[in-house]
Amino acid sequence: MLLALKNVSKIYKLGEQEIRALNEVTINVDEGEFVAVMGPSGSGKSTFLQVASLLSSTEKGDIFLKGRNVTKYSEVELAHLRNREIGFIFQQFNLLARTSALENVALPMVYAGVGAAERRARAAAMLEKVGLLDRLGNTPAQLSGGQQQRVAIARALVNEPAIIFADEPTGNLDSKSGEDIKNLLKELHQEGKTIVMVTHEAEIAQIAKRIILFHDGELIYDEKFGYNKSLKSQKTIEYVDMLKKKRKPPRLIFGKVTGK
Amino acid sequence: MNLTNTFSIALKAILLNKKRSFLTMLGVIIGVGSVVLLTSLGTGLQSYIQDQFASLGTNVLFVTPGDPFGGSQESAVIESTKPTLKEAQYREILRKNRNLFVGGVTTAVNTAEAKYSNTTKKVLLYGVTPSYEKVTNSHTEKGQWFDEADESKGKRVVVLGSKVAEELLGKVDPINKRILLNSQTYTVVGVLEAKGGGFGGPSFDNYIYLPFNTIMNNFNTQVIDSFIFEVKERDQIAEAKRAIEAVLLEDLKEDEFTVFDQAELLKTINNVLGVLTAGLGGISAISLVVGGIGILNIMLVSVSERTREIGLRKALGATPNVILLQFLIEAALLSVIGGMIGVLIAFLGTVAIQSFFPARILPESIVIAFGVSTAIGVIFGAAPARNAARLSPIEALRSE
Repeated sequence: MLLALKNVSKIYKLGEQEIRALNEVTINVDEGEFVAVMGPSGSGKSTFLQVASLLSSTEKGDIFLKGRNVTKYSEVELAHLRNREIGFIFQQFNLLARTSALENVALPMVYAGVGAAERRARAAAMLEKVGLLDRLGNTPAQLSGGQQQRVAIARALVNEPAIIFADEPTGNLDSKSGEDIKNLLKELHQEGKTIVMVTHEAEIAQIAKRIILFHDGELIYDEKFGYNKSLKSQKTIEYVDMLKKKRKPPRLIFGKVTGK
Repeated sequence: MNLTNTFSIALKAILLNKKRSFLTMLGVIIGVGSVVLLTSLGTGLQSYIQDQFASLGTNVLFVTPGDPFGGSQESAVIESTKPTLKEAQYREILRKNRNLFVGGVTTAVNTAEAKYSNTTKKVLLYGVTPSYEKVTNSHTEKGQWFDEADESKGKRVVVLGSKVAEELLGKVDPINKRILLNSQTYTVVGVLEAKGGGFGGPSFDNYIYLPFNTIMNNFNTQVIDSFIFEVKERDQIAEAKRAIEAVLLEDLKEDEFTVFDQAELLKTINNVLGVLTAGLGGISAISLVVGGIGILNIMLVSVSERTREIGLRKALGATPNVILLQFLIEAALLSVIGGMIGVLIAFLGTVAIQSFFPARILPESIVIAFGVSTAIGVIFGAAPARNAARLSPIEALRSE
């Protein structure tokens, strides 16, 4: 078990009111899994991503990464952990402006204390892997959206993290570039990388091997285990059915879990 | 994550905004530039005056009748016309204190009409014993000083101040020329190096120097103008001063003579100039503070502008301290580079005015300028850097 959340809640206080952006979420992600996190906007899927990727703290519950309980880690320890074990892919790419692709990819290694020569070599190798070897010196402004996202993916991979979190990675791209990124993520999964990807597009979610569904801050459906019984509603069933119809054969492990 | 990396990140941020960085530095440039320039004017003036004093000899005590520094001008003039000081006193002082003094001079002044060829000129005569050369560092440029033999025989020889020589003889080589002083014939044996100075009195270059005995005998001089004593060691000055006073008080009252020490006078002048320099530096230091506020302002803008970048860096593994350091170094660099430019400008300014003012940049003031500008960068960069370090990565990444 690579990543585990046990009864994790994220609670915001708005005056007297308590808002549970995440409510008692429990999930395990094994090494090599490709999980798509879905749900309507406001369902808590982004909050889940932030908490699971250790960007945001949790008020309740426990988070385990590689078997260690990291819930109470200090800000500094969390920074080190994010640096070494977690790769981020953002919807907005979040590349440093006016900074070359090579330097952008090298950035996580700067914070890992890697020497300059090794940084350059590894960043170049990673850019080659994502097909941008001829764009090393280009700044984000000189790259297309798809290319920028590939730089960001190279950056996410460069420290060889245990797990990669992607937040709507194709959300800002045209369909052609989106397709490219989709294929790139697929490849990474085939290489054995563990990926957790938030998306609201059922189309994109198809590349994942396991879909989980959030609603009102709760994990209502997990392709691996089926419905969370207490939360099963007509609306959920309809949504899941819609997703199932889009699934290409083989239909994974649905049958087993749902009893078909 | 090492310091070099943080450094290059900070430097890059500065270079990415060249124009803005320069405008931010401008306050520090003006501040450091004016502080360094003004202190260089002050210290230059101070050391100029020091050199002037040193040219009169260092371990030297002067004895004059009356009180030339205190009391009224009138009483000083009256005292200087009375035959207060006696040669016997001079000899007594030297005889009693062989362990303290290397030598001494007695001097007397008078005026005369000097004539050479067709040039006539009113001149000041300065009668001195031959050790005057050594005690007061007054060396000849041409010829030489009269010696003990000339002194004891009261010979009619003169050494000319550089200006007198020029005015009286023009381009003619004065050595061995005969000039008339009040119609008596004198032989020029030497011409002094230009020296200037003279404690606010006439310049030493304007005197005609002749043996003490000669001035006393041939010009009907009654009054000894001063004794000058050279003390062996600098730290014996106070002791020597007491020894002189002890002898003189045997037949003089306390207010009839003054023993003064050049160092004392110099100290007073230095104090005044020091206060002046510090005052000027202090006023220009205000502009340094203003420069610091400029840095504070821009760093605050910079942090809020780069919130997203900070969020990203934190997400990718930058700890709060690394972010803090990045922005602190950025502020310090802005300030230090500004300081460097300021020092450079002050240096060029000093070189430019050196032809007509004795300005001098001290290495200390450059070191201090760097220290102060670093401190200003760190102090005024602290608040913005802390803001940056405290940003939550999620909030920062979400910002537009």
